[in-house]
Amino acid sequence: MGDVTQKIELGTSVAAVPEAPRSPPMATIGPIAWLRANLFSSWLSTAVTLLLLYLVIRWAVGLVDWGIINAVWSVPNNQTQACRELKGTGACWAVITEKHRFILFGTYPYEEQWRPLISILIFIGLFIVSAMRRFWRKELALIWIAALSAIGILMWGGVFGMPYVPQERWGGLVITLILATFGLAFAFPLSILVALGRRSQLPAIKVLCVLYVELIRGVPLISLLFMASVMFPLFLPEGMNIDKLLRAQIAIILFAGAYLAEVVRGGLQALPKGQYEAADALGLSYWQKTGLIVLPQALRLVIPPLVNTFIGFFKDTSLVLIIGIFDLLTAGKTAIIEPAWQGFGVEVYLTVGAIYFVFCFAMSKYSQSLEAELNRHRRR
Amino acid sequence: MSETMEQVASAARTDAPPAILLDKVNKWFGALHVLRDVSLSVAPGERVVVCGPSGSGKSTMIRCINRLETHQEGRIVVDGIELTDDVKALDAIRREVGMVFQSFNLFPHLTVLENCTLAPIWVRRMPKAEAEELAMQYLERVRIPEQAKKYPGQLSGGQQQRVAIARALCMKPKIMLFDEPTSALDPEMIKEVLDTMIALAETGMTMICVTHEMGFARTVADRVVFMDRGEIVEVGTPTDIFENPQTDRLKLFLSQILRGH
Ligand SMILES: Nc1ncnc2c1ncn2[C@@H]1O[C@H](COP(=O)(O)OP(=O)(O)OP(=O)(O)O)[C@@H](O)[C@H]1O
Ligand SMILES: [Mg+2]
Repeated sequence: MGDVTQKIELGTSVAAVPEAPRSPPMATIGPIAWLRANLFSSWLSTAVTLLLLYLVIRWAVGLVDWGIINAVWSVPNNQTQACRELKGTGACWAVITEKHRFILFGTYPYEEQWRPLISILIFIGLFIVSAMRRFWRKELALIWIAALSAIGILMWGGVFGMPYVPQERWGGLVITLILATFGLAFAFPLSILVALGRRSQLPAIKVLCVLYVELIRGVPLISLLFMASVMFPLFLPEGMNIDKLLRAQIAIILFAGAYLAEVVRGGLQALPKGQYEAADALGLSYWQKTGLIVLPQALRLVIPPLVNTFIGFFKDTSLVLIIGIFDLLTAGKTAIIEPAWQGFGVEVYLTVGAIYFVFCFAMSKYSQSLEAELNRHRRR
Repeated sequence: MSETMEQVASAARTDAPPAILLDKVNKWFGALHVLRDVSLSVAPGERVVVCGPSGSGKSTMIRCINRLETHQEGRIVVDGIELTDDVKALDAIRREVGMVFQSFNLFPHLTVLENCTLAPIWVRRMPKAEAEELAMQYLERVRIPEQAKKYPGQLSGGQQQRVAIARALCMKPKIMLFDEPTSALDPEMIKEVLDTMIALAETGMTMICVTHEMGFARTVADRVVFMDRGEIVEVGTPTDIFENPQTDRLKLFLSQILRGH
């Protein structure tokens, strides 16, 4: 209102002296103002704030008491007496001190456990390198091949003086990382092909892709894993036997592929038709159009649901426990089967949960920064 | 109809083979007959403006020329190559035909410069440095070289459309198609785009332009084509069409757009 009248005045008669910009009134900015506006705006909100604050503090104090002050950090050779005397008032981290190698490496031979350890470090290094846009070049594929071969050599051994370790003995975190990494590394490209195939003009390809997605999505992952471990070998010729881990891996790839394909398809559909037409009019071939125009835009649009699915599958790899593969969660579960350590599930599951959380949280944070960076071009 | 055929003949008077030839082209969208026996011949270097009421098939016709739409009957020959299902022929034609859209259709994830160098690099296999030099040359011609490093979303509509023109020109096409290049623009930006197109016309480019900008048509067009309900109703010089319309349909259309202006 004031604006309009001022403009009219300016246009018609005296030129008003423009007011110098004023800073906003103090009471509306700063942390105090924020607290006032959001937490203590009325007597009711003040009461709720204080109550919640009290509960949070009590809970935090209890956690510190249990987790740190009263906790037992180690016990002499499996004598869990000290832990049991706590009667739940303190954590028995001794179970982690004692069993951490089993949780991380499963039944891998004790003296050789440096090999899965290095494999885990290679995996983490690989994730970090792949996350940096600086390394998004063709050479990255070579880095992946090199890293994955190194992990294979380390895990199996049988060369360079490392004794051979059969796959049945692998376990723990490294299995989770193998299943998740290979799973997503193969499922993601597969999903892109399937999503493109669903939009293909060739009916045969289209039908095949629709069928694949609908069939796989209609079945729980557990039953797919069962099929892979129990039924699949029945169809194979006598004597031929595909590794159990590989079978589970294939089941996970197929499953993740179907879900990711639908996410990718969502991105493809969100792209305006004009983008396809402009690419066609410039004479780009189908694959040039797809690789340079369509996918870069479509995938950017679906980073949040994509990472959501990634995170889901990272955790779903734990379902392989039902076919007897020793992933991180199964290893944790098995660690407390021993009578001496029974009853310390909370500590073990908290630890295992924390490991899952670190990976998932890193993925989530990374996806947020990636999204912000890649969608820079939309900002004005 | 007989007038139309006369005009086809008159365009063919020049000895060079036509840059674009449409011969009794028919197209349906489902049951909707959107192009009815459309025949048109455009000589090299000729500038043709297409006008007509909304839904008359103007876009569909020019989109058939680079096969963004497929026609079902008749023949379309571009630069001596007939448009068929043959992919090789299509590639060859798209290389020679540039197109500018009403909604710009720039690639938002690429900078202005990358928008312009993309096709020369990938389709013409031009080295990157050379493509960039070429792109800067054309960006200068449309008078926005200083925006080269920006993303399309950071430009005004008029600037975006000029980038789109530069992007098409970077392929060094023999023929340029414009589909209502100024109708998504604010009035103050229309002029800058039309000026760019006039400058382009002066270089002797073969152009087909769907537009209702009569001033542009008078300045630039060798012939104006009037379409209605999927047919070419009248063809003639801008003076013929605008001052001396023969058919009732054209008279009605002209009275409508004049009222609009
Ligand atoms: N993809 C399509 N599917 C079905 N019908 C279509 C399609 N594209 C266009 N049409 C129809 O074809 C007819 C001609 O459309 P076209 O876009 O060529 O008209 P136009 O002359 O360019 O109109 P405008 O001035 O509004 O752009 C219209 O009736 C339109 O509804
Ligand atoms: Mg149109």
